Amino acid sequence: MLISLSNYLHKRDRLRLVALLTTPVLWLVVAYLGALAMLLVTAFFTIDSFTGNVIQQFNLGNFQDMLTDAAYKNVVLRTLGIAISVTLICSVLAIPMAFYMAKIARPRSQKILVALVLTPLWASYLVKIYAWRTMLEPGNGVLDWLLGPIGIHSPGFGGPAIIIGLSYLWLPYMILPIYAGLERLPNNLLDASGDLGAHNFYTFRKVILPLIFPSLVAGSMFTFSLSLGDYITAQIIGGKLQMLGNVVYQNFSINLPFAATIAMIPVSIMALYLYLVRRTGALASM
Amino acid sequence: MTISRNARLLLASLLGVGLAFIYVPLSVVIINSFNASKTFSWPPSQFTTMWWSKAIENTGVREALKWSVLAGLSATAIALILGTCLAFAVSRYQFFGREVISLLVVLPISLPGVVTGIALNNAFTKQLGMSTGLLTVVIGHATFCIVIVYNNAIARLRRMGTSLQEASMDLGANGITTFRLITLPNLASALFAGGLLAFGLSFDEIVVTTFTAGPGIQTLPIWIYNNLFRPNQAPIVNVVAATLVVLSIVPIYLSQRLSQDTTTGGRF
Repeated sequence: MLISLSNYLHKRDRLRLVALLTTPVLWLVVAYLGALAMLLVTAFFTIDSFTGNVIQQFNLGNFQDMLTDAAYKNVVLRTLGIAISVTLICSVLAIPMAFYMAKIARPRSQKILVALVLTPLWASYLVKIYAWRTMLEPGNGVLDWLLGPIGIHSPGFGGPAIIIGLSYLWLPYMILPIYAGLERLPNNLLDASGDLGAHNFYTFRKVILPLIFPSLVAGSMFTFSLSLGDYITAQIIGGKLQMLGNVVYQNFSINLPFAATIAMIPVSIMALYLYLVRRTGALASM
Repeated sequence: MTISRNARLLLASLLGVGLAFIYVPLSVVIINSFNASKTFSWPPSQFTTMWWSKAIENTGVREALKWSVLAGLSATAIALILGTCLAFAVSRYQFFGREVISLLVVLPISLPGVVTGIALNNAFTKQLGMSTGLLTVVIGHATFCIVIVYNNAIARLRRMGTSLQEASMDLGANGITTFRLITLPNLASALFAGGLLAFGLSFDEIVVTTFTAGPGIQTLPIWIYNNLFRPNQAPIVNVVAATLVVLSIVPIYLSQRLSQDTTTGGRF
Protein backbone atom coordinates (compact mmCIF):
# COMPACT_ATOMS: atom_id res chain seq x y z
CA MET A 1 0.00 0.00 0.00
CA LEU A 2 2.78 2.38 0.99
CA ILE A 3 4.54 1.69 -2.30
CA SER A 4 1.48 2.33 -4.41
CA LEU A 5 0.90 5.54 -2.46
CA SER A 6 4.48 6.59 -3.11
CA ASN A 7 4.13 5.75 -6.80
CA TYR A 8 0.91 7.70 -6.95
CA LEU A 9 2.55 10.71 -5.31
CA HIS A 10 5.59 10.52 -7.51
CA LYS A 11 3.54 11.19 -10.60
CA ARG A 12 1.77 14.10 -8.98
CA ASP A 13 4.34 16.75 -8.21
CA ARG A 14 1.96 19.38 -6.87
CA LEU A 15 0.26 16.92 -4.57
CA ARG A 16 3.62 15.95 -3.14
CA LEU A 17 4.44 19.60 -2.51
CA VAL A 18 1.12 20.09 -0.74
CA ALA A 19 1.78 17.03 1.41
CA LEU A 20 5.20 18.38 2.38
CA LEU A 21 4.02 21.90 3.12
CA THR A 22 0.65 21.49 4.83
CA THR A 23 1.65 20.43 8.35
CA PRO A 24 4.68 22.70 8.89
CA VAL A 25 3.00 25.74 7.37
CA LEU A 26 -0.18 25.15 9.36
CA TRP A 27 1.93 24.76 12.50
CA LEU A 28 3.83 28.00 11.97
CA VAL A 29 0.85 29.99 10.78
CA VAL A 30 -1.68 28.75 13.32
CA ALA A 31 0.46 28.16 16.39
CA TYR A 32 2.86 31.02 15.86
CA LEU A 33 1.52 33.75 13.60
CA GLY A 34 -1.97 33.22 14.99
CA ALA A 35 -0.70 33.72 18.53
CA LEU A 36 1.28 36.82 17.49
CA ALA A 37 -1.72 38.30 15.71
CA MET A 38 -3.87 37.67 18.77
CA LEU A 39 -1.26 39.45 20.89
CA LEU A 40 -1.29 42.41 18.52
CA VAL A 41 -5.08 42.63 18.80
CA THR A 42 -4.88 42.40 22.59
CA ALA A 43 -2.63 45.46 22.58
CA PHE A 44 -5.68 47.51 21.62
CA PHE A 45 -7.81 46.21 24.50
CA THR A 46 -7.93 47.42 28.08
CA ILE A 47 -8.54 45.77 31.41
CA ASP A 48 -11.25 46.33 33.95
CA SER A 49 -9.43 47.98 36.83
CA PHE A 50 -11.61 46.20 39.42
CA THR A 51 -11.77 42.63 38.17
CA GLY A 52 -8.56 42.65 36.16
CA ASN A 53 -10.40 41.02 33.24
CA VAL A 54 -9.59 41.99 29.68
CA ILE A 55 -12.28 44.17 28.10
CA GLN A 56 -12.41 43.44 24.39
CA GLN A 57 -13.04 46.96 23.20
CA PHE A 58 -10.84 48.46 20.55
CA ASN A 59 -9.04 51.61 21.68
CA LEU A 60 -5.66 53.30 21.53
CA GLY A 61 -5.39 54.03 25.25
CA ASN A 62 -2.40 51.74 25.82
CA PHE A 63 -0.43 53.31 23.01
CA GLN A 64 -1.27 56.75 24.38
CA ASP A 65 -0.07 55.78 27.85
CA MET A 66 3.08 54.31 26.41
CA LEU A 67 3.93 57.35 24.31
CA THR A 68 3.12 60.00 26.91
CA ASP A 69 4.85 58.46 29.93
CA ALA A 70 8.49 59.52 29.99
CA ALA A 71 9.41 56.45 32.05
CA TYR A 72 8.77 54.17 29.06
CA LYS A 73 10.77 56.41 26.76
CA ASN A 74 13.67 56.06 29.17
CA VAL A 75 13.36 52.29 29.24
CA VAL A 76 13.34 52.15 25.44
CA LEU A 77 16.40 54.39 25.18
CA ARG A 78 18.22 52.45 27.90
CA THR A 79 17.46 49.12 26.24
CA LEU A 80 18.61 50.44 22.87
CA GLY A 81 21.76 51.84 24.48
CA ILE A 82 22.51 48.49 26.10
CA ALA A 83 21.86 46.54 22.87
CA ILE A 84 24.10 48.88 20.86
CA SER A 85 26.90 48.79 23.47
CA VAL A 86 26.76 45.00 23.60
CA THR A 87 26.97 44.83 19.79
CA LEU A 88 29.96 47.21 19.72
CA ILE A 89 31.81 45.41 22.53
CA CYS A 90 31.23 42.04 20.89
CA SER A 91 32.53 43.35 17.52
CA VAL A 92 35.66 44.85 19.05
CA LEU A 93 36.42 41.65 20.95
CA ALA A 94 35.45 39.32 18.11
CA ILE A 95 37.37 40.81 15.17
CA PRO A 96 40.93 40.21 16.46
CA MET A 97 39.95 36.80 17.86
CA ALA A 98 38.35 35.71 14.59
CA PHE A 99 41.26 37.12 12.60
CA TYR A 100 43.80 35.13 14.57
CA MET A 101 41.66 31.99 14.27
CA ALA A 102 41.11 32.31 10.52
CA LYS A 103 44.39 33.75 9.25
CA ILE A 104 47.21 33.10 11.70
CA ALA A 105 46.44 29.89 13.58
CA ARG A 106 47.67 26.59 12.07
CA PRO A 107 44.93 24.25 10.77
CA ARG A 108 45.18 21.99 13.81
CA SER A 109 44.89 24.73 16.40
CA GLN A 110 42.23 26.35 14.23
CA LYS A 111 39.89 23.44 14.89
CA ILE A 112 40.58 23.53 18.60
CA LEU A 113 40.02 27.28 18.75
CA VAL A 114 36.65 26.97 16.99
CA ALA A 115 35.64 24.29 19.49
CA LEU A 116 36.79 26.53 22.36
CA VAL A 117 34.62 29.36 21.09
CA LEU A 118 31.64 27.08 20.42
CA THR A 119 31.62 25.25 23.75
CA PRO A 120 30.19 28.10 25.85
CA LEU A 121 27.25 28.30 23.43
CA TRP A 122 26.14 24.95 24.83
CA ALA A 123 26.65 25.91 28.45
CA SER A 124 23.38 26.98 29.95
CA TYR A 125 22.31 30.63 29.63
CA LEU A 126 21.38 30.83 33.29
CA VAL A 127 24.64 29.26 34.39
CA LYS A 128 26.59 31.90 32.51
CA ILE A 129 24.69 34.81 34.02
CA TYR A 130 24.88 33.13 37.40
CA ALA A 131 28.65 32.89 36.92
CA TRP A 132 28.76 36.65 36.39
CA ARG A 133 26.83 37.16 39.61
CA THR A 134 29.70 35.45 41.41
CA MET A 135 32.23 37.41 39.34
CA LEU A 136 30.67 40.83 39.92
CA GLU A 137 29.62 40.50 43.56
CA PRO A 138 30.79 43.83 44.99
CA GLY A 139 33.40 43.43 47.72
CA ASN A 140 34.03 39.68 47.72
CA GLY A 141 33.46 38.83 44.05
CA VAL A 142 36.02 37.13 41.82
CA LEU A 143 36.57 40.27 39.74
CA ASP A 144 37.63 42.33 42.75
CA TRP A 145 39.95 39.54 43.87
CA LEU A 146 41.41 39.10 40.38
CA LEU A 147 41.72 42.68 39.18
CA GLY A 148 41.63 44.59 42.47
CA PRO A 149 45.46 44.49 42.77
CA ILE A 150 45.76 46.40 39.46
CA GLY A 151 43.17 48.93 40.55
CA ILE A 152 40.12 47.68 38.64
CA HIS A 153 37.00 47.17 40.72
CA SER A 154 33.71 45.47 39.99
CA PRO A 155 31.04 47.89 38.77
CA GLY A 156 28.52 46.07 40.99
CA PHE A 157 25.06 45.11 39.79
CA GLY A 158 23.46 47.56 37.36
CA GLY A 159 23.72 48.84 33.80
CA PRO A 160 27.43 48.07 33.25
CA ALA A 161 26.91 44.59 34.71
CA ILE A 162 24.06 43.96 32.23
CA ILE A 163 26.29 45.08 29.35
CA ILE A 164 29.13 42.80 30.50
CA GLY A 165 26.76 39.86 31.02
CA LEU A 166 25.02 40.19 27.66
CA SER A 167 28.33 40.72 25.81
CA TYR A 168 29.57 37.55 27.47
CA LEU A 169 26.47 35.60 26.45
CA TRP A 170 26.45 36.65 22.81
CA LEU A 171 30.20 36.95 22.04
CA PRO A 172 30.41 33.53 20.28
CA TYR A 173 27.50 34.54 18.04
CA MET A 174 29.67 37.43 16.81
CA ILE A 175 32.97 35.53 16.55
CA LEU A 176 31.61 32.69 14.41
CA PRO A 177 30.13 34.65 11.46
CA ILE A 178 33.22 36.91 11.34
CA TYR A 179 35.46 33.84 11.45
CA ALA A 180 33.45 32.27 8.62
CA GLY A 181 33.68 35.54 6.64
CA LEU A 182 37.43 35.83 7.15
CA GLU A 183 37.97 32.22 6.16
CA ARG A 184 36.29 32.91 2.81
CA LEU A 185 38.46 36.00 2.29
CA PRO A 186 41.35 35.06 -0.06
CA ASN A 187 44.80 35.62 1.43
CA ASN A 188 46.17 37.08 -1.79
CA LEU A 189 43.95 40.14 -1.37
CA LEU A 190 45.77 40.88 1.85
CA ASP A 191 49.13 40.12 0.19
CA ALA A 192 48.31 42.47 -2.67
CA SER A 193 47.39 45.24 -0.30
CA GLY A 194 50.64 44.71 1.61
CA ASP A 195 52.72 44.58 -1.59
CA LEU A 196 51.21 47.85 -2.71
CA GLY A 197 52.61 49.42 0.42
CA ALA A 198 49.65 49.45 2.78
CA HIS A 199 50.56 48.80 6.40
CA ASN A 200 48.56 46.39 8.56
CA PHE A 201 46.02 48.81 9.94
CA TYR A 202 45.41 50.44 6.57
CA THR A 203 44.79 47.01 5.00
CA PHE A 204 42.41 46.23 7.83
CA ARG A 205 40.47 49.46 7.36
CA LYS A 206 40.35 49.51 3.56
CA VAL A 207 40.32 45.83 2.58
CA ILE A 208 39.29 43.56 5.44
CA LEU A 209 36.62 45.64 7.13
CA PRO A 210 34.51 46.34 4.00
CA LEU A 211 34.70 42.68 3.00
CA ILE A 212 33.67 41.26 6.38
CA PHE A 213 30.96 43.88 6.89
CA PRO A 214 28.16 41.43 5.98
CA SER A 215 29.50 39.01 8.61
CA LEU A 216 29.54 41.79 11.18
CA VAL A 217 25.92 42.58 10.32
CA ALA A 218 25.02 38.89 10.57
CA GLY A 219 26.63 38.73 14.02
CA SER A 220 24.93 41.92 15.10
CA MET A 221 21.57 40.37 14.31
CA PHE A 222 22.19 38.00 17.20
CA THR A 223 23.88 40.39 19.63
CA PHE A 224 21.39 43.20 18.99
CA SER A 225 18.14 41.27 18.85
CA LEU A 226 18.95 38.92 21.71
CA SER A 227 19.89 41.88 23.92
CA LEU A 228 16.81 43.84 22.95
CA GLY A 229 14.32 41.36 24.38
CA ASP A 230 16.26 40.08 27.36
CA TYR A 231 14.91 40.40 30.87
CA ILE A 232 16.52 37.58 32.83
CA THR A 233 20.02 39.05 32.78
CA ALA A 234 18.61 42.32 34.11
CA GLN A 235 16.80 40.41 36.86
CA ILE A 236 19.92 38.54 37.96
CA ILE A 237 22.73 41.08 37.64
CA GLY A 238 20.93 44.32 36.77
CA GLY A 239 20.20 45.48 40.30
CA LYS A 240 17.09 47.65 40.09
CA LEU A 241 17.62 48.53 36.44
CA GLN A 242 14.83 47.61 34.03
CA MET A 243 14.92 46.77 30.35
CA LEU A 244 12.00 46.54 27.91
CA GLY A 245 11.65 42.82 28.58
CA ASN A 246 11.27 43.44 32.32
CA VAL A 247 8.43 45.89 31.72
CA VAL A 248 6.68 43.33 29.49
CA TYR A 249 7.26 40.57 32.06
CA GLN A 250 5.91 42.61 34.96
CA ASN A 251 2.82 43.76 33.11
CA PHE A 252 2.08 40.29 31.79
CA SER A 253 0.23 39.08 34.88
CA ILE A 254 -1.39 42.36 35.91
CA ASN A 255 -2.23 44.04 32.60
CA LEU A 256 -1.82 41.79 29.58
CA PRO A 257 -3.04 44.36 27.00
CA PHE A 258 -0.43 46.85 28.17
CA ALA A 259 2.28 44.15 28.16
CA ALA A 260 1.27 43.42 24.56
CA THR A 261 1.57 47.10 23.69
CA ILE A 262 5.07 47.33 25.16
CA ALA A 263 6.02 44.07 23.42
CA MET A 264 5.31 45.76 20.10
CA ILE A 265 8.31 48.08 20.68
CA PRO A 266 11.07 45.44 20.36
CA VAL A 267 9.11 43.79 17.56
CA SER A 268 8.96 47.05 15.59
CA ILE A 269 12.62 47.83 16.27
CA MET A 270 13.58 44.36 15.05
CA ALA A 271 11.39 44.73 11.96
CA LEU A 272 13.09 48.03 11.13
CA TYR A 273 16.50 46.49 11.82
CA LEU A 274 15.77 43.47 9.59
CA TYR A 275 14.60 45.82 6.85
CA LEU A 276 17.83 47.84 7.06
CA VAL A 277 19.91 44.65 7.15
CA ARG A 278 18.11 43.38 4.06
CA ARG A 279 19.13 46.53 2.25
CA THR A 280 22.81 45.93 3.01
CA GLY A 281 22.47 42.50 1.44
CA ALA A 282 24.02 40.79 4.45
CA LEU A 283 21.18 38.31 4.84
CA ALA A 284 22.07 36.59 1.60
CA SER A 285 25.57 35.82 2.86
CA MET A 286 24.44 34.30 6.14
CA MET B 1 50.14 37.78 4.05
CA THR B 2 53.12 39.15 5.87
CA ILE B 3 52.12 40.15 9.33
CA SER B 4 54.81 41.66 11.48
CA ARG B 5 55.92 39.76 14.56
CA ASN B 6 54.55 42.49 16.78
CA ALA B 7 51.12 42.44 15.15
CA ARG B 8 51.07 38.66 15.48
CA LEU B 9 51.91 38.89 19.18
CA LEU B 10 49.30 41.58 19.69
CA LEU B 11 46.59 39.50 17.99
CA ALA B 12 47.60 36.39 19.91
CA SER B 13 47.37 38.23 23.20
CA LEU B 14 43.98 39.70 22.25
CA LEU B 15 42.80 36.15 21.51
CA GLY B 16 44.15 35.09 24.89
CA VAL B 17 42.28 37.92 26.63
CA GLY B 18 39.08 36.95 24.79
CA LEU B 19 39.41 33.30 25.72
CA ALA B 20 40.12 34.27 29.33
CA PHE B 21 36.98 36.41 29.28
CA ILE B 22 35.05 33.35 28.07
CA TYR B 23 36.56 30.74 30.39
CA VAL B 24 37.28 32.48 33.72
CA PRO B 25 33.58 32.73 34.72
CA LEU B 26 32.92 29.12 33.67
CA SER B 27 35.90 27.90 35.69
CA VAL B 28 34.66 29.84 38.70
CA VAL B 29 31.36 27.93 38.51
CA ILE B 30 33.18 24.61 38.49
CA ILE B 31 35.54 25.57 41.34
CA ASN B 32 32.66 26.92 43.42
CA SER B 33 30.84 23.60 43.26
CA PHE B 34 33.66 22.26 45.47
CA ASN B 35 33.79 25.33 47.70
CA ALA B 36 33.26 24.24 51.29
CA SER B 37 31.96 27.61 52.42
CA LYS B 38 28.18 27.82 52.36
CA THR B 39 28.27 31.49 51.36
CA PHE B 40 30.84 30.83 48.62
CA SER B 41 33.33 33.39 49.82
CA TRP B 42 36.06 33.87 47.24
CA PRO B 43 38.81 32.65 47.15
CA PRO B 44 37.71 29.30 48.60
CA SER B 45 39.60 28.31 51.73
CA GLN B 46 38.48 24.68 51.82
CA PHE B 47 37.17 22.18 49.31
CA THR B 48 34.52 19.50 49.63
CA THR B 49 32.60 17.01 47.49
CA MET B 50 29.65 17.14 49.87
CA TRP B 51 27.51 19.34 47.57
CA TRP B 52 27.93 16.88 44.74
CA SER B 53 26.58 13.95 46.73
CA LYS B 54 23.74 16.13 48.01
CA ALA B 55 22.83 17.21 44.48
CA ILE B 56 22.77 13.63 43.21
CA GLU B 57 20.25 12.75 45.93
CA ASN B 58 18.15 15.86 45.28
CA THR B 59 14.75 14.80 43.92
CA GLY B 60 13.90 18.27 42.60
CA VAL B 61 16.91 18.19 40.27
CA ARG B 62 16.11 14.69 39.03
CA GLU B 63 12.49 15.61 38.39
CA ALA B 64 13.54 18.75 36.52
CA LEU B 65 16.05 16.81 34.44
CA LYS B 66 13.30 14.37 33.49
CA TRP B 67 10.99 17.15 32.29
CA SER B 68 13.79 18.83 30.35
CA VAL B 69 14.75 15.65 28.54
CA LEU B 70 11.12 14.79 27.82
CA ALA B 71 10.30 18.26 26.47
CA GLY B 72 13.57 18.42 24.52
CA LEU B 73 13.12 15.03 22.86
CA SER B 74 9.49 15.68 21.91
CA ALA B 75 10.21 19.15 20.55
CA THR B 76 13.22 17.83 18.62
CA ALA B 77 11.16 15.00 17.10
CA ILE B 78 8.48 17.43 15.90
CA ALA B 79 11.08 19.90 14.64
CA LEU B 80 12.90 17.14 12.75
CA ILE B 81 9.76 16.14 10.87
CA LEU B 82 8.44 19.63 10.16
CA GLY B 83 11.84 21.15 9.41
CA THR B 84 12.79 18.38 6.99
CA CYS B 85 9.44 18.62 5.16
CA LEU B 86 9.89 22.37 4.75
CA ALA B 87 13.49 21.99 3.61
CA PHE B 88 12.42 19.47 0.94
CA ALA B 89 9.61 21.72 -0.26
CA VAL B 90 11.77 24.85 -0.46
CA SER B 91 14.84 23.21 -2.00
CA ARG B 92 13.11 20.94 -4.53
CA TYR B 93 10.08 22.90 -5.72
CA GLN B 94 9.20 26.26 -7.18
CA PHE B 95 6.02 27.71 -5.74
CA PHE B 96 4.32 30.94 -4.86
CA GLY B 97 5.42 32.25 -1.46
CA ARG B 98 8.66 30.28 -1.26
CA GLU B 99 10.60 33.29 0.08
CA VAL B 100 7.92 33.91 2.69
CA ILE B 101 8.57 30.44 4.12
CA SER B 102 12.21 31.16 4.90
CA LEU B 103 11.11 34.33 6.69
CA LEU B 104 8.28 32.57 8.52
CA VAL B 105 10.61 29.89 9.77
CA VAL B 106 13.22 32.27 11.27
CA LEU B 107 10.64 34.56 12.87
CA PRO B 108 10.14 32.53 16.08
CA ILE B 109 13.86 32.66 16.82
CA SER B 110 14.48 36.28 15.80
CA LEU B 111 11.70 37.87 17.83
CA PRO B 112 12.41 38.28 21.56
CA GLY B 113 11.53 35.19 23.61
CA VAL B 114 9.39 37.22 25.96
CA VAL B 115 7.16 38.26 23.02
CA THR B 116 6.83 34.68 21.77
CA GLY B 117 6.21 33.58 25.36
CA ILE B 118 3.36 35.93 26.18
CA ALA B 119 1.83 35.45 22.72
CA LEU B 120 1.73 31.67 23.16
CA ASN B 121 0.51 31.92 26.75
CA ASN B 122 -2.26 34.27 25.70
CA ALA B 123 -3.28 32.01 22.81
CA PHE B 124 -3.19 28.78 24.84
CA THR B 125 -4.82 29.89 28.08
CA LYS B 126 -7.06 32.80 27.12
CA GLN B 127 -8.14 31.99 23.57
CA LEU B 128 -8.09 28.20 23.45
CA GLY B 129 -8.83 27.57 27.11
CA MET B 130 -6.00 25.04 27.42
CA SER B 131 -4.15 24.54 30.66
CA THR B 132 -0.39 24.92 30.50
CA GLY B 133 1.66 21.76 30.81
CA LEU B 134 4.10 19.55 28.98
CA LEU B 135 2.08 19.83 25.75
CA THR B 136 2.23 23.62 25.64
CA VAL B 137 5.96 23.59 26.44
CA VAL B 138 6.59 21.14 23.60
CA ILE B 139 4.54 23.22 21.13
CA GLY B 140 6.45 26.35 22.13
CA HIS B 141 9.86 24.70 21.90
CA ALA B 142 9.14 22.92 18.62
CA THR B 143 8.12 26.24 17.04
CA PHE B 144 11.55 27.80 17.47
CA CYS B 145 13.45 24.52 16.91
CA ILE B 146 12.04 24.05 13.38
CA VAL B 147 14.39 26.67 11.95
CA ILE B 148 17.49 24.86 13.27
CA VAL B 149 16.61 21.58 11.56
CA TYR B 150 15.43 23.45 8.46
CA ASN B 151 18.74 25.34 8.10
CA ASN B 152 20.81 22.18 8.47
CA ALA B 153 18.64 20.10 6.15
CA ILE B 154 18.32 22.69 3.39
CA ALA B 155 22.07 23.33 3.27
CA ARG B 156 22.66 19.60 2.78
CA LEU B 157 19.84 19.17 0.23
CA ARG B 158 21.14 22.06 -1.87
CA ARG B 159 24.66 20.62 -1.85
CA MET B 160 23.42 17.12 -2.60
CA GLY B 161 21.50 18.10 -5.73
CA THR B 162 19.00 15.72 -7.28
CA SER B 163 21.19 13.64 -9.60
CA LEU B 164 21.69 10.77 -7.14
CA GLN B 165 17.96 10.39 -6.60
CA GLU B 166 17.33 10.56 -10.34
CA ALA B 167 19.94 7.89 -10.97
CA SER B 168 18.32 5.66 -8.37
CA MET B 169 14.87 6.13 -9.86
CA ASP B 170 16.23 5.53 -13.37
CA LEU B 171 17.67 2.25 -12.15
CA GLY B 172 14.22 1.18 -11.11
CA ALA B 173 14.01 1.98 -7.40
CA ASN B 174 10.70 3.34 -6.28
CA GLY B 175 10.27 6.49 -4.20
CA ILE B 176 10.47 4.74 -0.85
CA THR B 177 13.54 2.69 -1.70
CA THR B 178 15.29 5.78 -3.05
CA PHE B 179 14.46 7.73 0.08
CA ARG B 180 15.60 4.90 2.34
CA LEU B 181 18.81 4.01 0.51
CA ILE B 182 19.89 7.29 -1.09
CA THR B 183 18.31 10.41 0.32
CA LEU B 184 18.17 9.55 4.02
CA PRO B 185 21.75 8.25 4.38
CA ASN B 186 23.03 11.38 2.65
CA LEU B 187 20.88 13.60 4.84
CA ALA B 188 21.39 11.74 8.11
CA SER B 189 24.42 13.57 9.50
CA ALA B 190 22.87 16.97 8.75
CA LEU B 191 19.68 15.89 10.49
CA PHE B 192 21.69 14.61 13.43
CA ALA B 193 23.53 17.93 13.75
CA GLY B 194 20.25 19.83 13.44
CA GLY B 195 18.52 17.61 15.96
CA LEU B 196 21.40 17.98 18.39
CA LEU B 197 21.28 21.78 18.12
CA ALA B 198 17.50 21.78 18.45
CA PHE B 199 17.69 19.62 21.57
CA GLY B 200 20.37 21.89 23.01
CA LEU B 201 18.26 24.95 22.34
CA SER B 202 15.20 23.39 23.94
CA PHE B 203 17.16 22.04 26.91
CA ASP B 204 18.51 25.51 27.70
CA GLU B 205 15.36 27.52 26.96
CA ILE B 206 13.94 29.48 29.84
CA VAL B 207 11.88 32.44 28.61
CA VAL B 208 9.29 30.70 26.43
CA THR B 209 9.22 27.88 28.99
CA THR B 210 8.38 30.32 31.79
CA PHE B 211 5.22 31.31 29.96
CA THR B 212 4.17 27.91 28.60
CA ALA B 213 4.92 25.58 31.53
CA GLY B 214 2.27 25.36 34.20
CA PRO B 215 3.09 25.22 37.90
CA GLY B 216 3.44 21.43 37.69
CA ILE B 217 6.38 21.43 35.32
CA GLN B 218 9.84 22.56 36.20
CA THR B 219 12.43 22.09 33.50
CA LEU B 220 16.06 22.29 34.57
CA PRO B 221 16.52 25.99 33.67
CA ILE B 222 13.29 26.84 35.50
CA TRP B 223 14.50 24.86 38.51
CA ILE B 224 17.81 26.72 38.51
CA TYR B 225 16.02 30.04 38.17
CA ASN B 226 13.61 29.30 41.02
CA ASN B 227 16.43 28.23 43.32
CA LEU B 228 18.98 30.86 42.34
CA PHE B 229 18.11 33.23 45.15
CA ARG B 230 17.47 30.64 47.86
CA PRO B 231 20.58 30.65 50.04
CA ASN B 232 20.30 27.05 51.28
CA GLN B 233 19.86 25.73 47.74
CA ALA B 234 22.87 27.64 46.39
CA PRO B 235 25.36 24.74 46.79
CA ILE B 236 23.13 22.44 44.74
CA VAL B 237 22.56 25.12 42.10
CA ASN B 238 26.36 25.39 41.87
CA VAL B 239 26.73 21.65 41.29
CA VAL B 240 24.00 21.61 38.62
CA ALA B 241 25.61 24.62 36.94
CA ALA B 242 29.05 22.99 36.99
CA THR B 243 27.62 19.78 35.52
CA LEU B 244 26.00 21.71 32.68
CA VAL B 245 29.29 23.49 31.93
CA VAL B 246 31.19 20.21 31.76
CA LEU B 247 28.45 18.51 29.71
CA SER B 248 28.55 21.25 27.07
CA ILE B 249 31.71 19.60 25.73
CA VAL B 250 29.75 16.51 24.61
CA PRO B 251 27.63 18.09 21.84
CA ILE B 252 30.64 20.05 20.55
CA TYR B 253 32.65 16.87 20.31
CA LEU B 254 29.81 15.02 18.59
CA SER B 255 28.98 17.75 16.10
CA GLN B 256 32.64 18.28 15.19
CA ARG B 257 33.04 14.59 14.53
CA LEU B 258 29.86 14.12 12.58
CA SER B 259 29.26 17.27 10.60
CA GLN B 260 31.75 17.86 7.84
CA ASP B 261 29.63 20.67 6.39
CA THR B 262 30.95 23.42 8.58
CA THR B 263 33.32 23.69 11.45
CA THR B 264 30.71 25.72 13.29
CA GLY B 265 28.19 22.90 13.56
CA GLY B 266 25.64 24.33 11.16
CA ARG B 267 24.54 27.24 13.31
CA PHE B 268 25.93 29.74 10.81
